[in-house]
Amino acid sequence: MKDMKRITNAIAIGAFWLAGLTTVFILGAVIVYVFVNGIGHISPAFIFTRPHGVNAEGGIWPMIVATLYVTGLAMVIVTPIAVLAAVYLAEYAVQGRLVRIIRFAADTLAGVPSIVMGLFGLALFVEGLGIGFSVLSGALALSFLMLPIVMRTTEEAIRAVPKYIRWGSYGLGATKWQTVSRIVLPSAMPRIITGLILATGRAVGETAVVIFTMGTMIFTPVLPTDPGRSMTVHLYQMAMEGINLPAAFGTALLLMVMILFFNLSARWLLRRNRRMQG
Amino acid sequence: MNHTLVEHASDSTPLADSSVKIAVRGLDFYYGDFQALADITCDIEDNAVTAFIGPSGCGKSTFLRCFNRMNDLIIGTKVEGLITLDGQDIYAPGIDPVDLRRRVGMIFQQPNPFPMTIYDNVAYGPRLHGMRKKADLDEVVETSLKRANLWKEVKDILGRGGLTLSGGQQQRLCIARVLAVQPDVLLMDEPCSAIDPTSVQKIEDLMAELKSSVTIIIVTHNMQQAARVSDETAFFLQEEMGQPAILVEFGRTADIFTSPKDKRTEDYITGRFG
Repeated sequence: MKDMKRITNAIAIGAFWLAGLTTVFILGAVIVYVFVNGIGHISPAFIFTRPHGVNAEGGIWPMIVATLYVTGLAMVIVTPIAVLAAVYLAEYAVQGRLVRIIRFAADTLAGVPSIVMGLFGLALFVEGLGIGFSVLSGALALSFLMLPIVMRTTEEAIRAVPKYIRWGSYGLGATKWQTVSRIVLPSAMPRIITGLILATGRAVGETAVVIFTMGTMIFTPVLPTDPGRSMTVHLYQMAMEGINLPAAFGTALLLMVMILFFNLSARWLLRRNRRMQG
Repeated sequence: MNHTLVEHASDSTPLADSSVKIAVRGLDFYYGDFQALADITCDIEDNAVTAFIGPSGCGKSTFLRCFNRMNDLIIGTKVEGLITLDGQDIYAPGIDPVDLRRRVGMIFQQPNPFPMTIYDNVAYGPRLHGMRKKADLDEVVETSLKRANLWKEVKDILGRGGLTLSGGQQQRLCIARVLAVQPDVLLMDEPCSAIDPTSVQKIEDLMAELKSSVTIIIVTHNMQQAARVSDETAFFLQEEMGQPAILVEFGRTADIFTSPKDKRTEDYITGRFG
């Protein structure tokens, strides 16, 4: 009986360990594969020059600019809306039906396939509002994709601020707004920024939305109304049309490095703040 | 939040007695349909320490939070009866609970410094109420930390996070933070139950020093502590589950602990229940 228990235990632990290891292995395999295939192509010229020739030799500078531009603009659009909505939901709204509906809508919105969001962006921004294929159209459509993520993580961050810290503020004669703006939001800020960075990481890697809204033209955008081609779209075309596979891997590697950078900075920020708060 | 003045608000002892800081008359308190406190009448003496004792869940903390209207923040609560501070009804329509809380400070069971520097923690209250000048703030911070007996320990590390202090220091920081807005009354809700014994000693000494300038009400589970620090003691009891708690006995601490008038008080302080 006792042996049986011990054996069952050993099997269970083995299974958990194997499952965990599989995750690490898959991640490792993808990274190694992309790294091995892409590293040979990465050079200053690849990053900082324009592509040329029929097979798009040369660099991917316009794509890097377009990607950072569209993502940055999307972040600027989404942050105030998402944070204000989250503050309202977590602090001010009477917790009832309306709040449940808003939350359900946000969660569902987060699950809408990005290609559907792209189609919607095409219909609304590119054609409906006549903005055309542009960084602005892309940023607006991307902000739809980011909104529910940022809003929900912000709401969670606000809710995670302990009640007794708020009481401390109210107990000193603070109004609700003073408590929210001086205590709750600053305390929640690291987690809000983390959510924002993770959403940005997702937007950087987004393909379907931007292909529908920013277009595919190789162009270094300056104005928000300029078109552009994101790194993901470039990667798709290089690979699928068999034009230049090494360039596709080079682009893929750069993308992964960018997303890794976002995730690491999110972690660094959280940890630094935890240390500061002691 | 509803408030109803009840008819027996004006009976019994005069409210204008200058040694009475807070007067409570016929107070009932409800969480939704549940009545938590029934018909409580007592006078809290000025410049003294009053201890609220009684078993867990008997409504002591609820009663304490009536004095700074902290219960207003909980949805569905209702107060009936009268509470006056310096003769003024604190639930009267013209009273802003935000202003009231500045006069009636509160210390919580869990030390709750804000996630900011020691300096900013103490300066938080004065800044809320419009103090801007650096020199004024510096002075308030120093005075308040001195009054809380924390200045010597932190005067060189004012820029460090409040949460880096030990539990007992954090609680004294919270006391300094409250003192910085110069309250008349200090409510302490089991202020020592989450900190180490050495710090408890410091906070008890501090209460003895502060009571000359601030009226202190402390909720405590520790009867030795009540006996050590308080001048007056109130014993609360909820006799049956689901029934409201009542104030069983209220009097000089020495009398309550040596010759309680009520059998239930005697049973509680001799450790027969609770």
